[in-house]
Amino acid sequence: MSSLPRLLAGIPARGALDLDGHLRTHGDLPHERRHRRRESPLIELIEHAGLRGHGGAGFPTARKLRAVGASRRRPIVVVNAAEGEPASLKDKTLCQLAPHLVLDGAQLVAEALGADEVIVCVCETAPDSAESVALAINERGSSQGHVAARLSSVPSGYISGQESALVNHLSGGPALPKFTPPMPFEQGVKRRPTLINNAETLAHVALIARHGSAWFRELGTASQPGSALVTLGGPVAHAGVYEIEHGSSLSSLLDAAGGVDGQPRAALLGGYAGAWIDGTLLRGVALADEHLAVHGGSLGAGVVALLSEDACAVAETARIARWLSDQGAGQCGPCVNGLGALASTIEEIAAGEAQGNTGRRIERLTSLTRRRGACGHPDGAVRFILSSLQTFSEDFADHARHGRCDACERPAELPLPLGVGAGASRRRAVPA
Amino acid sequence: MSQRVRLNPIACEAHGMCAELLPERITLDEWGYPLIDDEPLPHALVSHAKRAAAACPTFALLIEREREGK
Repeated sequence: MSSLPRLLAGIPARGALDLDGHLRTHGDLPHERRHRRRESPLIELIEHAGLRGHGGAGFPTARKLRAVGASRRRPIVVVNAAEGEPASLKDKTLCQLAPHLVLDGAQLVAEALGADEVIVCVCETAPDSAESVALAINERGSSQGHVAARLSSVPSGYISGQESALVNHLSGGPALPKFTPPMPFEQGVKRRPTLINNAETLAHVALIARHGSAWFRELGTASQPGSALVTLGGPVAHAGVYEIEHGSSLSSLLDAAGGVDGQPRAALLGGYAGAWIDGTLLRGVALADEHLAVHGGSLGAGVVALLSEDACAVAETARIARWLSDQGAGQCGPCVNGLGALASTIEEIAAGEAQGNTGRRIERLTSLTRRRGACGHPDGAVRFILSSLQTFSEDFADHARHGRCDACERPAELPLPLGVGAGASRRRAVPA
Repeated sequence: MSQRVRLNPIACEAHGMCAELLPERITLDEWGYPLIDDEPLPHALVSHAKRAAAACPTFALLIEREREGK
């Protein structure tokens, strides 16, 4: 079974893969005996497989497990399917269609670490995914010595899935980032060491435990083995979630989606903390971080969002930049003020109303914003803004001179949650 | 063991006391939030840094011993 699909194998045409279907497709879950005082063999297996997190940051999964395992206290396992990125649907889809694979992975890492509790965090705006996970937890029961799993509904929001925000939420606070350290692996939920893994990452663990690390490496590249779920959006015949091999071509993904309508203006890789690749370069793009790094991007949480040739890239950037500013927790002054001022500057350029040297202003604002928050939100937003300005530099120059264009009037293309309004920030920006 | 100045950006409310008391390491940005030079503190600055941390109304300024492995 070294070909695709892996994670999406056996999914019925309608509905989710239930426990029987799951076991028929993937086989029984190998349980390991607890090794007191010895590291679980699963961690070494994951290390050999070269699995890295699929939540966006790409941190080596084995290293994270070891960090949590280093503590003497009994850890808690959190499955992160909060997926606040509006352009991403892959964790919602995976939880909805193959919940048992995710729960298997959580079960395995909980056993490996001696954890006694698994909490699955699903966004409140994804009731179908939550229901599917709840049904699956019920179906599994407690008969097979499973670690108790429960579901937690996470408030919607771009940064709700940030690790310390999840800890905050699961400890009874708001789903907003906390000042770290202590990191969640040191002191997380209930002040216990907490492993927070993305839902897809754990689904890969479930397959690695069954088939081994050599099997996992039969797909992908040497530095990024295996497969990944990607959410493809934009002017394609069939937008949605696909499973791809790391290193495969973007063209083959677009073909699988029934082809592209026209010549896309650009593709956004990695979501709203990611980077653009110009449309003229898309043919040569391979979907692996070692290739995407050349363009300043990474696969991140697997977002590939195409912008059509008819779209106004400046208007789209302005809309997303404002949304990113509004989505901040409102906790850190430089993020509130910096992202707010950046969004305003881009709006002024888009309207042809910008005064003075906007290039220098943006340079100053980005350096005042980056790496000054408690979480990575300002850094990601700045990356998106700078990549937009660079990729669409001619469009921005046109707008600075002539103001709004005809394409500005077109309906927006890049996805944002429905009913988006300005978030209620705790801290108000200092008036300019 | 070397010590550094570190800021809790969530707690910081831009009172600006730190920049008054430790101008060698802290300046304020255009919104009044501290810009911090986090190079290890020379011995002569440690007591000034501690005084700045103690003066912060929101306890947002921290003097940290270098963490292991960093």
